[in-house]
Amino acid sequence: MREAYKLIFERSIQGHKGYDLPALDVPQMDKLIPDEYLADADLELPEIAEIDLVRHYTNLSRRNFGVDNGFYPLGSCTMKYNPKINEEMPALFNNLHPYADADTVNGALELMLNVDKMLSEITGMAKCTLSPAAGAHGELTGLMIIRKYHETREDYDRKTIIVPDAAHGTNPASASMAGFKIKEIKSAPDGGVDLDALRAAVGPDTAGLMLTNPSTLGLFERNIKEVAQIVHDAGGLLYYDGANLNAVMGVVRPGDMGFDVLHMNLHKTFSTPHGGGGPGSGPVAVKAELIPYLPTPVVFENECCGGVKLDYDRPLSIGRVKNFYGNFGVIVKAYAYLLSLGRGVREASQNAVLNANYIRVKLKDVYDIPYDRICMHEFVCAPTKEMIEKGVVTNDIAKALIDRGYHPPTVHFPLIVHEAIMIEPTETESRETLDEFIQAMRDIAKDAIENPDKVHAAPVTTPVGRPDDVGAAKNPIVKF
Amino acid sequence: MIPTDRKYTREHEWILIEDGIAKIGITDHAQAELGDIVYVELPEVGDSFACGDAIATVESVKAASGIYTVVAGEVVEVNEELADAPEKINEDAYETFIVAVKVSEITESELISAEEYEDFIAQEA
Repeated sequence: MREAYKLIFERSIQGHKGYDLPALDVPQMDKLIPDEYLADADLELPEIAEIDLVRHYTNLSRRNFGVDNGFYPLGSCTMKYNPKINEEMPALFNNLHPYADADTVNGALELMLNVDKMLSEITGMAKCTLSPAAGAHGELTGLMIIRKYHETREDYDRKTIIVPDAAHGTNPASASMAGFKIKEIKSAPDGGVDLDALRAAVGPDTAGLMLTNPSTLGLFERNIKEVAQIVHDAGGLLYYDGANLNAVMGVVRPGDMGFDVLHMNLHKTFSTPHGGGGPGSGPVAVKAELIPYLPTPVVFENECCGGVKLDYDRPLSIGRVKNFYGNFGVIVKAYAYLLSLGRGVREASQNAVLNANYIRVKLKDVYDIPYDRICMHEFVCAPTKEMIEKGVVTNDIAKALIDRGYHPPTVHFPLIVHEAIMIEPTETESRETLDEFIQAMRDIAKDAIENPDKVHAAPVTTPVGRPDDVGAAKNPIVKF
Repeated sequence: MIPTDRKYTREHEWILIEDGIAKIGITDHAQAELGDIVYVELPEVGDSFACGDAIATVESVKAASGIYTVVAGEVVEVNEELADAPEKINEDAYETFIVAVKVSEITESELISAEEYEDFIAQEA
């Protein structure tokens, strides 16, 4: 097992091939393309027989780890199980052409409108766009809406977005992409927004605040009403990063908390595939006053003559953010999920929170829990002082989990916790699975103190032990 | 251990001011926390920054961390060496400046002495 497989290029043997062409029985046309347009040398493509090619990629694919293989508690990413019925549904639309006239594909548009309404209901907002192709794309879209809102009001000085230091890294990145300046504020000792720091940060330059609730520490922001008040009084808008929406569906709504714009990740919260690039989908929902700025086209009920229409005539719109109508297949899968669960979305969130708290309580005597109170759908723990004295850090614990058959949790995030390990079990895991994971974490904690060398050696069950991550970051070799 | 010839911030930066020029770097404690530094994003000479602006970014295998300046002014020098050898900061954080700024304003309230900084990191641990 410990043998790393060769690259496809290293398997190349001269003369091996996976095709057999008949002899040329027409005159050869050598000079069809002028020399100046031809490459000087042959392409260095691997030469390999079909069976060796199939084995190469099949063996690689068997090394993959996904939520269908095992427990995948990757905090802040909601790697929840993707029900297989979701995967069947997009095939119903296989014959749709994206250029088809809206009148001939009204069923598909009605589906989009239904998803819009359901997501708006869950989040307490007025209207969604389903166009953004992923979460960060949703953030960018939402921030462009905020910018357009201020510009339309001729409030040109609002160029700063406030971001707490516990925020997802995408938040400041998206705000910067949308042309804003970033002002970072410190978290309060309880992990929430520091209200005094926020009061000091807002002003006539404030365009908005980006916030995740529950926060990246997995804690519900208890002062959210005050936070909203401070930002709104200063003339800014509130942006909700929906990455942690899985904690609160059907329980509390961002719209009711005072948020004006938000994005969701269908590939997190609404059970569409997440790994391997998804593709994702990051719908953006807004309050009524921001509807005019939504990207085109916007799906509306056709009030005059029934059915559903695509509205392109939106003078205040930020414009198009994605070709066609977003990742439609992903939207269909999320719709299947929403219809399957119905009012069960609330129970899904409740179980996600219960599972996270169950693990937290069962680990608190052997790991450091820096914010030890009732958590939401995820929590942050860290190696204890005793482990760190033995030289065992977060990275070692994560590697040791691989040997026990688990995908490691998110590590070194959020940045405000030293050596953070962020665990998010999601709602679908049974108590037995959670108990096995807890036992693995406890065994590693014991090894860390009694036999640290064992933890330092992990992983021993994988083809490669510890890759040179510093070398990979500094001198990446991305071609053979 | 912690050089007393300069000032520190609670953001784990050191500031050494000579002849109106502030050299800014990160502390040894900061480099140890970040781990192996793989990239430093530097400003351009001539760029101007206000107090509290992110003047540079230090990236390790764990995290990307903004350097927020407590002095305002124009960048007069950047440590070009860091482009090819960001690990210099790991090797000797106090001898490796990141950026030098011609000081036009200082947020004195943010600056602490070496002794105060030592107490501060002891408390944080």
